Amino acid sequence: MTDQIAIEARELTRTFASFTAVDRISLEVRAGEIFGFLGANGAGKTTAMRMFIGLLAPSSGTARVAGHDVYSGSEAIKRSIGYMSQRFSLYEDLTVRENIRLYGGVYGLPDKEIRARSEGMLARLGMEQSADTQVRAIPLGWRQKLSFSVALLHRPQIVFLDEPTGGVDPITRRQFWELIYQTAAEGTTVLVTTHYMDEAEYCDRISIMVAGRIGAMGTPAELKREFVTDSMDEVFVRLARPSQVEAP
Amino acid sequence: MKALLGLLSKEIYHILRDRRTLAVVVLMPVVQVILFGFAIRTDVKDVRLAIVDPSPDHVTLEIRHRLEASEAFTTVAVLPTTAALDGFFRRGAAQMAVVFEPRFATRLDRGLPARVQVIADGTEPNTGSTRQNYVLAVLRDYDRELGTAAAGVRIVPSMRMRFDPTAESSHLFVPGLMAFVLTVISALMTAISLTREKETGTMEALLVSPLRPWQIIVGKVLPYLAIGFVSMVLVILEARLVFDVPLRGSLPLLLFEGMLFILVSLSLGMLISSRTSSQRVAMMGAMIGTMLPTMLLSGFIFPIESMPEILRWVSNVIPAKWFVTIARSIMLKGVGLDYLWPQTLVLCGMACVLLGLSTRSFHIRLE
Repeated sequence: MTDQIAIEARELTRTFASFTAVDRISLEVRAGEIFGFLGANGAGKTTAMRMFIGLLAPSSGTARVAGHDVYSGSEAIKRSIGYMSQRFSLYEDLTVRENIRLYGGVYGLPDKEIRARSEGMLARLGMEQSADTQVRAIPLGWRQKLSFSVALLHRPQIVFLDEPTGGVDPITRRQFWELIYQTAAEGTTVLVTTHYMDEAEYCDRISIMVAGRIGAMGTPAELKREFVTDSMDEVFVRLARPSQVEAP
Repeated sequence: MKALLGLLSKEIYHILRDRRTLAVVVLMPVVQVILFGFAIRTDVKDVRLAIVDPSPDHVTLEIRHRLEASEAFTTVAVLPTTAALDGFFRRGAAQMAVVFEPRFATRLDRGLPARVQVIADGTEPNTGSTRQNYVLAVLRDYDRELGTAAAGVRIVPSMRMRFDPTAESSHLFVPGLMAFVLTVISALMTAISLTREKETGTMEALLVSPLRPWQIIVGKVLPYLAIGFVSMVLVILEARLVFDVPLRGSLPLLLFEGMLFILVSLSLGMLISSRTSSQRVAMMGAMIGTMLPTMLLSGFIFPIESMPEILRWVSNVIPAKWFVTIARSIMLKGVGLDYLWPQTLVLCGMACVLLGLSTRSFHIRLE
């Protein structure tokens, strides 16, 4: 990635039958950036993310992730990214340690490395005590943090987080964002979808999706200036409103 | 390889930690074979028999005695006329009736045909005609012993099945049952475990990972193949010990063919799960997709030879049809691969096609 671009999309489109979920979006995410993907439910953020990570084929347009083309390089992309879905992605009937082992193995890490990294991870999360507890028995907030750390286990260049803080209390959300900052500080690019507007403020740059299109993109400060307001909520509402009027 | 081992051990944890499901999966075939094995037998045993004998004489008494002497019939009533017979059938007090003509012995002595009517309960047509045949055989035996060949006993109802006093129906049924229960649980196991991963979201995590589709599939199939193997061994033991079904052929061959058949069923379950993302739908799909065709079209209950041509043709795509033939041939006839290779090849082909299709469905990205 000589040009330091982690994710690049040009006119990326995905249609389902007659419905256009993502409509010709273009964007660039720089390496090491925390990029927020905002939008109302159904605005197309998850669909766009699924195209980046290779779970969904684009209908048209191009995109490159970690330097690889999404059409031809999906295997290479898979090795360079981490992903945490909005649904929980750990196995509830496995213990914390077994989950870490499993995903370490899936990403082809050597045993020694898995052991070392899992000890480090458990220590950082303060979860040494729960290492041999089945995941179903640990609180949701911890699970989310664990899920995030597991997605980073193989040290991906880019990590995709799909509404990682849904249903989590404010304190845990705060801690979660600290984890995200740490990750970005270590050089990992973070692309995160959310519909909490306060979280938008934590991002380096954001794009707000409205009905499949990018309604606005920039740093939080730029957007607030552009819409002449001091709250992201206001930016979002102004963007979302006209689209509702236009909607057929 | 290491990734695959990880997947396998994960699946084994799933299986071992869900003890209740494991017990159901392993024991269900055993219980089903017992239930079905006893319930669907068409042996003639303890049939409630009503006798209408207007003028008892030495011939009718002898025939009645012979019917009672076998374990097949229990005489519940001896009536002078047919008037009350209807009531017996309606109440279910009688399942069969044998009606003698008046002056039975006298007619025989004079060289006239003596008519006897064998009435079976028409609500159970299959077992009914088996029972009729049984009575018919008793009558024929007696007739032959009398030696008055010219003036034979004439029996009114038309007979469709041949009576073979040595045929234990369970010998034919149990191999068919094996096919039935193994296919149902195998398809269920993979269908449910894959859709569960879709429902909980872990499937996405696996699909985003560098795992290859075949690795995900092998990781799913191998552990359940092992469970299927345990089930099959239990069912074979049961067939030998409870139903006394002979095993005239080679046990290793039977086990091999069984594994092949289980593999086909597991792949079918995977294919079903690739078409749905809800456990409930997958479960229904697997049950209906395996139970009905296996029950109706595999030759396990209804003989394929007597089906209309279209159904006979359709039955060829039912994996159980081939396995039923294989299991019966190995267990009852004792034949080997030299005779069963065509059926074996068909099952191999089905396994390849189904596994291929499921692998492809993993290539196609998630909706």
